[in-house]
Amino acid sequence: MQYFLFRRTIGFVLTLLAVSVIVFAVMNVLPGDPALTILGLDSTEDARAALRRELGLDAPVASRYLEWMSGAVHGEFGQSYAWSAPVGELIAERLPLTLSLALSGMLFTLLLGLVMGVLAAADHRRFGDWGVMFISQLGIALPAFWLSILLVLLFAVKLRWLPPGGFPGWDEPLAAIRSLVLPTIALGLVQSAVLARVTRSAALEIMRQDFVRTARAAGLGRSRVLWRHVLPNALVPIVTIIGMQFAALVTGTIIIENVFYLPGLGRLTFQAIANRDLFTVQALVMMFTAIVIAGNFIVDVAYLLIDPRLKGRMR
Amino acid sequence: MTLFNRLIASSALVLTAGLLLAGPAAASQLRIGLQQEPTSLDPTADATASIDGMLAHNVYESLTTVNEAGEVLPNLAESWTISDDGLTYTFTLVEGAIFHDGSAFDADDVKFSFDRAMAEDSTNPSKSIFKPIESVTVIDPRTVEVKLKQKDAFLLFNLAQGDASILAPETVDGAATKPVGTGPFAFNSWTRGDRLVLKKFEDYRDADKVSVDTVEFRFISDPAAASAALLSEELDAFPGFPAPELLPQFEADPRFNVVIGSTEGEVILAINNAKPPFDDIRVRRAISHAIDRDEIIDGAMYGRAVPIGSFYPPHGAAYVDLTDAYPHDTEKARALFGEAGVSGATMTLRLPPFPYAARAGEIIQAELAEAGIDAKIENVEWGFWLDEVYKKLNYDMTIIAHTSPNDMGNFARGKSYFYGFEDPEFNELWARIETEADPNKRNALLAEGQNFVTDQAVHGFLFQLPKLAVIRDGVSGFWTSSPVLFQPLADVGWSE
Repeated sequence: MQYFLFRRTIGFVLTLLAVSVIVFAVMNVLPGDPALTILGLDSTEDARAALRRELGLDAPVASRYLEWMSGAVHGEFGQSYAWSAPVGELIAERLPLTLSLALSGMLFTLLLGLVMGVLAAADHRRFGDWGVMFISQLGIALPAFWLSILLVLLFAVKLRWLPPGGFPGWDEPLAAIRSLVLPTIALGLVQSAVLARVTRSAALEIMRQDFVRTARAAGLGRSRVLWRHVLPNALVPIVTIIGMQFAALVTGTIIIENVFYLPGLGRLTFQAIANRDLFTVQALVMMFTAIVIAGNFIVDVAYLLIDPRLKGRMR
Repeated sequence: MTLFNRLIASSALVLTAGLLLAGPAAASQLRIGLQQEPTSLDPTADATASIDGMLAHNVYESLTTVNEAGEVLPNLAESWTISDDGLTYTFTLVEGAIFHDGSAFDADDVKFSFDRAMAEDSTNPSKSIFKPIESVTVIDPRTVEVKLKQKDAFLLFNLAQGDASILAPETVDGAATKPVGTGPFAFNSWTRGDRLVLKKFEDYRDADKVSVDTVEFRFISDPAAASAALLSEELDAFPGFPAPELLPQFEADPRFNVVIGSTEGEVILAINNAKPPFDDIRVRRAISHAIDRDEIIDGAMYGRAVPIGSFYPPHGAAYVDLTDAYPHDTEKARALFGEAGVSGATMTLRLPPFPYAARAGEIIQAELAEAGIDAKIENVEWGFWLDEVYKKLNYDMTIIAHTSPNDMGNFARGKSYFYGFEDPEFNELWARIETEADPNKRNALLAEGQNFVTDQAVHGFLFQLPKLAVIRDGVSGFWTSSPVLFQPLADVGWSE
């Protein structure tokens, strides 16, 4: 177990290091001059040169990377060219929104996906099963941004129940929750459709096994067998999918934030790339990478909890 | 099945629990939607148009200002005199102007702001407008003298722009995030990615004339989201509405007024004049004959734009209608391409990521195909466009709007400018335009300039970019047209 943790930590650090080099290299190869983007078409060449000096863009790539690296080790992720603010501050002010959205999307996905999947399996080849299968097929087919627009048209424009977008911040908890309802549905619906299907087939697999029949024969109620015996045993494939879905949810916020004009990391990423804002892009990509790696790690640990037999194989 | 019913009932309950209707906005508040969010708030250090749109002449002021007709008016300078040789401007400054931090405005602030913009290491995006200035001298706290190296007909107009905003030396360091000016509104807060809030400045010298207490700018880049925000009454106005195709629903809705005005933005099919075969005037004229402006305006702007035949806005005083100089004539275009020996050639159209460019590009591609040219479309991202097209002239043709006022001087920027165009005769003409103080004579020269660039068919001239605005019924004072990038909000308010 200790060896397992050690190996994962080393892998984590190496991945982040590789990502940082790749982002730095790509951003430098990419055509585009931050000074020209900031100063615009009417700017004079000497003004642009002055800005490039001010931003330190005239130094060689390697020395800029080393300078950035030595800062990063101390937790300093550099100063954004475009925003003239520390990158850490830019990310910190956007993180609560994106995290709230990703977590509420995950919660929504889990609740809807697991419940629908188990119910479909329990109602196999009958109305409930077909209903869930039909709706989940629809859910998978709907592009998230299109679904978002439909949700806004119905709940914000027509019924006026919820705001069409924006985020007031967590200082106003009720308003914040209201503004997250539609984005959460738009973000989580597709994922929950996928999860429902996986849960259904995993549960069906287990339900065919002898111990389920034995449990039923021993007099256990249907729903008790379903939730206490079938679901826990079906969890390994389900958790695998959930791990992948978490990554999809985090990155999926990029589109959702745009449609609902939410001040999150997705829009920041978008603007930072357009502005060739190297350090901001660097920090964002590394953070997304870290989140995905952490998600995978949690899944691996979850396997151990679900199925202790796997412990011997974790090396 | 009961499980299902219970589930549906409980989720409906959860949903409705959070649903409380938002109250209507207070009448003294104005919520304005903007498509573009800036990354900095300093108009003297960043060219992003929305900085001027929000802050210039609202938070910041300049010596002069410009009204909707484009006429120069006094502002922080209440009057000025110009010496007979046109080289010395003496500005008398207004009394009672105060910065939002409470410090008084005087001539030193003007000198500081101009010196900063003119300095060697200045990063002012419009540094060129300060080029003619030799020196700025403080005569007394209310008088500033500006000496020029050469006459500049556009000086007073240029000094009204956001790039020439007056900042105080004490607060200039925070200008990127906490702007402090002398205008009718003081900066209140900026939640990056979301909104920027201004509050009426109670100590403003004309505070009685300002009718709204709070102005909130909301940043919404997606056109469908912008439209939903208006329809659900989360916004009171969207002065630069991005999608002409979505306007009919607002025109049919009594809650809104749709206003279509003009801007200084000439949309052109820019041609790389330095690159063969485009250095051949026959090829450029053939392109001009091949394009059909009406078809382009219908397809790209849903009919909501005015065609142009040269590089000058149709609402301008010196405008000459040259839209018939190269009538749409596919046969003639084909013949001219043939004469120049490029029939059947392949050309690329590198398009920046703007809806007008993408839509116009496809139509132009089809029109060129009819004239026997195979035009390949390459959609590129803005940073790429700036680098490859604008800086390195690595392109055949592109579509772009030139949004600055008085920008015919672009044709005098030499071969290194992305037009790749140079003509000594035009350079000489532009030098005369820049230094001609008499408006009538200047307009005659500007007319000459329009004829010149059209005759040379430097670019395909397409249409004037319209200003599309959706405004709540009851809101008055927004400009219909935009002669400049800013929109003063002191006159905007709710009518009873």
